Amino acid sequence: MKHLWYFFLFTLIWLAPTIRAAEISVAVAANFTKPMREIAQAFEKASGHTLKMSFGASGKFYAQIHNGAPFEVFFSADQEKPAALENDGLTVTGSRFTYAVGGLVLWSAKKGLEAGPEVLKSGRFNKLALANPKHAPYGAAAMEVLTRMGLLEQSRSKWVMGENIAQTFQFIESGNADLGFIALSQVMEKGKILSGSSWVVPAELYPAVQQDVVLLRKGETNPAARDLLTFIRGVQATAIIESFGYGIASTATETR
Amino acid sequence: MGFSASDWAAIGLTLRLAGTVTLLLLLIGTPIAWWLARTGSWWKGPVSALVALPLILPPTVLGFYLLLAMGPHGWVGQLTQSLGLGTLPFTFWGLVAASLLYSMPFVIQPIQNAMEAIGDRPLEMAATLRAGPWDRFFSVILPLAKPGFITAAVLGFAHTVGEFGIVLMIGGNIPGETQVVSVQIYDHVEALEYQNAHRLAGAMLIFSFAVLMALYITQRRRPAPVKLGV
Repeated sequence: MKHLWYFFLFTLIWLAPTIRAAEISVAVAANFTKPMREIAQAFEKASGHTLKMSFGASGKFYAQIHNGAPFEVFFSADQEKPAALENDGLTVTGSRFTYAVGGLVLWSAKKGLEAGPEVLKSGRFNKLALANPKHAPYGAAAMEVLTRMGLLEQSRSKWVMGENIAQTFQFIESGNADLGFIALSQVMEKGKILSGSSWVVPAELYPAVQQDVVLLRKGETNPAARDLLTFIRGVQATAIIESFGYGIASTATETR
Repeated sequence: MGFSASDWAAIGLTLRLAGTVTLLLLLIGTPIAWWLARTGSWWKGPVSALVALPLILPPTVLGFYLLLAMGPHGWVGQLTQSLGLGTLPFTFWGLVAASLLYSMPFVIQPIQNAMEAIGDRPLEMAATLRAGPWDRFFSVILPLAKPGFITAAVLGFAHTVGEFGIVLMIGGNIPGETQVVSVQIYDHVEALEYQNAHRLAGAMLIFSFAVLMALYITQRRRPAPVKLGV
């Protein structure tokens, strides 16, 4: 009898936290890591809910969600993957919207090298790092820049590809590649570039990197997940998103 | 089989990488294994631990350190640059260097175990018959430790073929240079090209199974005191 009581007590203690505060499982694209951490802090303070965040490549999350991963909200690095999940009936209809428009930057950590269109044209660098354009949206954007500048073939022999944008940053930061294309959010905080030399690529050189968020089926019954999506559109969150160099989409794309 | 040109390039590159690494490891690993098998030195412990380290270290740790060490600011990078070789990351030989470390225990340990199993007697006998050190090595040790060498070569080769994490971290995914099969599969999966991924991954699975099965069948027929493990 006594044992039974202990078991009961233990179960109660075990379950207590899950009953009290709502928890939201969130999958976040690697390029949005830093802003998401800040937003999470603000959101947790404002709502009392807790966020369980996983950061990584959007393609991996897509595959995992397809195979039953317990994520409730998905912040993708593009529009295709949330749209594909929507088509497969894995999302809550009408919940998808663009939360950020990514900026692209040519960045170098090498002393004495000024990252810019001149260096790119001159070819005076050992390697050009970019994210794999096959699956990383920022890599695809970088390819478009090279194409429009007419440097695609000329620079091809110097490409090294990171599997995601975080690894591409690592290639440059460690000095192994003289320069490379990464997401503005990786080197920008509070509206300023943190280190190295950089060239913020003009928006007309590549199609905008629209990043969509979507409420997944697993989060349908969790009101806290909907709260998070509302919070993302709010003034506080958008200010954080912009401070990392992202643009905010116009309302026209939101209702689409 | 319906592989694309880049798939074939990745397959060719992987076989070239694994072949090069296996050959070099047999050359480098044999003296180390011999020393480990015979020595009574205090250094046996630390050296054995060092050799076995890649068995338990995640490839991300090795890859991360290699990227820093072989980069232009790292000590290996400084050395290779002063020799006029440039830096190793993003090159075929960079992958070879990394794989040498990564696959080392899979080659050294089977050879060492086989050599330890020979014991002193055959060597003493050979010595009394006036066989010199080189003669003893080629006519006594090599034939007796042959199963160990075969196991070492097969495991070293197969393990290099299966390498992924380190290649991803220092390779830079360059077609024909560092884009090996495992990375190619990963790319297919990431790009949601599941059909292509299935083909390559299936081929890899069949290859790995066939290699290991061949190894264990031949070993069962001729029971040799060879085992792999830390």
